[in-house]
Amino acid sequence: MPMSPAVRRYSRRVLVLAIVYVALLLPAVYLLSRHRVAGPLAYAVGVLPALPVAGFFVAIGAYLVEERDEYLRMLATRQSLIATGVAMAAATVWGFLEGFELLPHMVGYAWPIVWFAGLGLGSCVNALIERRAA
Amino acid sequence: MNNHLRDLRSTRGWSQQELGERLEVSRQSVNAIETGRYDPSLPLAFRIAELFGLSIEDVFVSPSKES
Repeated sequence: MPMSPAVRRYSRRVLVLAIVYVALLLPAVYLLSRHRVAGPLAYAVGVLPALPVAGFFVAIGAYLVEERDEYLRMLATRQSLIATGVAMAAATVWGFLEGFELLPHMVGYAWPIVWFAGLGLGSCVNALIERRAA
Repeated sequence: MNNHLRDLRSTRGWSQQELGERLEVSRQSVNAIETGRYDPSLPLAFRIAELFGLSIEDVFVSPSKES
């Protein structure tokens, strides 16, 4: 992806969010796995690692709003749609198979990971289309 | 959508990068428009036409008039 100012801001935000994610995940795992917190505080600590992950989605939304180059915005939109399609289709298929007790339970936070993998696939699709037409 | 952007750019001796800088878009955008992979929005189409001192119809070929 060409480094437009919006891409640079997006990359900076993602880097900060990744650092915050690690900084929150490690103490949350430590505190909750050892039952050092309980009650409402346990919920508060448990939700902390989810916040920077949600922030990734906000960062992508902010990028789509801030990108002034309409072609790059179209590429990012297509990439996000591919990721959404992959994640939703995978969650649906897995959900049915799990419901029929053919697959084990999948934790919910796995689906954002699938979505991010879908972003990678979307990037490949964009690169293939770019290369084919170049 | 077919267009004459590559020819117009060539007559000015501009690279895709130079044209992109004048239009404030990426080189990839210029390439995508030139090769017909991407149809620009109306504001960008006007910017392109005005940069060359032409009307939009002189730069872009109407799909209904393509042979």
